[in-house]
Amino acid sequence: MMDSKLEPTYDERELRDVYGQLLFELASKDKRVVVLNADLARSDGTLKFKELFPERFIDVGVAEANMMGIAAGLANVGLIPITHTFTPFSTRRAFDQITISIAYADLPVKLMGTDPGVTAELNGGTHMSFEDAGIMRTLPNFVIVEPADAIQFKSLFEQIIYHPKPVYTRVYRRRKERFFDEDMQFEIGKIATLKDGNDITIICSGLMVGQSMIATRMLEERGISVRLLNMHTLKPIDKETIIKAARETGRIVVAENHSIINGWGSAVAEVLSENYPVPMRRIGVQDHFGEVGTTDFLLKKYHMTAQDIYEKAMELLDSKVQSCFH
Amino acid sequence: MVSPFVGLSSFQILRREEFRLKLTEAEVKDLKKKALHIRMITIEMIGKLGVGHIGGSLSIVDALAVLYYKVMKIDPKNPKWEGRDRFVLSKGHAGPALYSVLADLGYFPYEWINTLNKPDTNLPSHCDRLKTPGVDMTAGSLGQGLSAAVGMALATKICKKDNYVYTIIGDGESQEGQIWEAAMFASHNKLNSLIAFTDYNKMQIDGYIEEVNNLEPLADKWCAFNWHVIEVDGHNVEQIYDAVMEGKSQTEKPTMIILHTIKGKGAYFAEGKVTSHNMSMSAEEWQRAVEMLRKESELI
Repeated sequence: MMDSKLEPTYDERELRDVYGQLLFELASKDKRVVVLNADLARSDGTLKFKELFPERFIDVGVAEANMMGIAAGLANVGLIPITHTFTPFSTRRAFDQITISIAYADLPVKLMGTDPGVTAELNGGTHMSFEDAGIMRTLPNFVIVEPADAIQFKSLFEQIIYHPKPVYTRVYRRRKERFFDEDMQFEIGKIATLKDGNDITIICSGLMVGQSMIATRMLEERGISVRLLNMHTLKPIDKETIIKAARETGRIVVAENHSIINGWGSAVAEVLSENYPVPMRRIGVQDHFGEVGTTDFLLKKYHMTAQDIYEKAMELLDSKVQSCFH
Repeated sequence: MVSPFVGLSSFQILRREEFRLKLTEAEVKDLKKKALHIRMITIEMIGKLGVGHIGGSLSIVDALAVLYYKVMKIDPKNPKWEGRDRFVLSKGHAGPALYSVLADLGYFPYEWINTLNKPDTNLPSHCDRLKTPGVDMTAGSLGQGLSAAVGMALATKICKKDNYVYTIIGDGESQEGQIWEAAMFASHNKLNSLIAFTDYNKMQIDGYIEEVNNLEPLADKWCAFNWHVIEVDGHNVEQIYDAVMEGKSQTEKPTMIILHTIKGKGAYFAEGKVTSHNMSMSAEEWQRAVEMLRKESELI
């Protein structure tokens, strides 16, 4: 178990600045690193890379399909291409190219999708993908990771870059929240236990780590023992930890910044239904498109706040729900 | 002094020594015979299965013969040799033609030609880099291979290597938007190590290109995208070779060699037929076609 204070705080720097620094440090020691962008370098923190390593910075312009193909070609000859664009254009826009030229060809391209879910904010519904991780989850070979803050990103960064498989990473470029202690270490494919508990489990990822931490505190104040798990890797899924949580706590709430269809909640439900079915609830986007709005506004509107998690947890703790299953 | 060829197989040395601007008469004769031989293998491979992409396979055979027997830096004994030139068959459904060349060169056991599209085969209908030794890139969903080839050419530039990347796209494939995304990027980045071919057999599944969705003026389009463009008879090995050499001499631009070809070239029952894209054939038909090519070869 990790020692987390369950107290979201704020960093001075946005994640994109931390990311830019990580890229710089990596590229300084590994000449195989090539950064690709589709006309968003000015916004995603890779512009600095262009100044420092112009020969290894490729802006393809507004042509995501081509970017994925070029990345496949670069990976094919042993370079480490890292593509960048918003989550919808990083996935659904070029899905066939990603499917055939990267996943089917099994080439370890690293896809960075920025502004996941509601954090697309003022770009609105066209740029607000709630299905990106879900569609990527259906592709064999792909690893899907969602670092929640700079600490987690730092810990996972080289694991992502040097992973032998292609990896899709959801990148919260403009967020400053800090959820984890400086010395925390994370491992791709392993759920991080943020807090142990016996009455109920909350499984969360990305932006929802913060809401889930607050909900955990609210529940604990009512004397409920909560197990808080951070499933930063959607695929490969850590079945063992999920089944253990089901067995030991008997109830699970999943909170994700994504559609409840085919995302974290669905993935957990698949594991539970085949291995150890227990009552569960899914907090996330309830099968609708996004819209313009700040993250806080949208979290409220879509019933994805700590209060919503708390209420779903209380619903599960209600004895009537239990009786349906036991 | 250590020979610059130390560590290279005799096959590679041969490739380097043969690198010159014009083919001799004997070489032309050799290549013509090779192309006929490859056609025979391709027809046999598809014929034994009874159905396959024969039209678009046979139309690219002469280009493949020039590339694999005369131009490309390769080592069939070491398909993953880092220093090799790369080839991407973007029109991945023409796999059987490429497999015929690779089988003939010994990239894999020749008997594999009998396994095309059979259960657990290493020779699937569309090219798969994970299955077939010598296949550099997976393709099949049209429009994608050119981007991958562009990525490979970009890598030679980033890593300052002197390799070339060759790719063949289809004419029907050129209706895909991604082709033109890749075209724009390649010239913008001055990828002169990229030499692409369009197999312009003028036909696609649903009919003649000009009737379905016309590509003309095709050469003008590539010129407008700032490529070095050469048009040749796609069944003339001398013209193809000269065009490749001209492409290799480019210092600023990628090269597009438009191959004017005939779909199904060399198989009497398929040649010039719109229906040849993916057609069935009887044992009698394919065997007779092979026999006809054998006779043609004897006359060279």
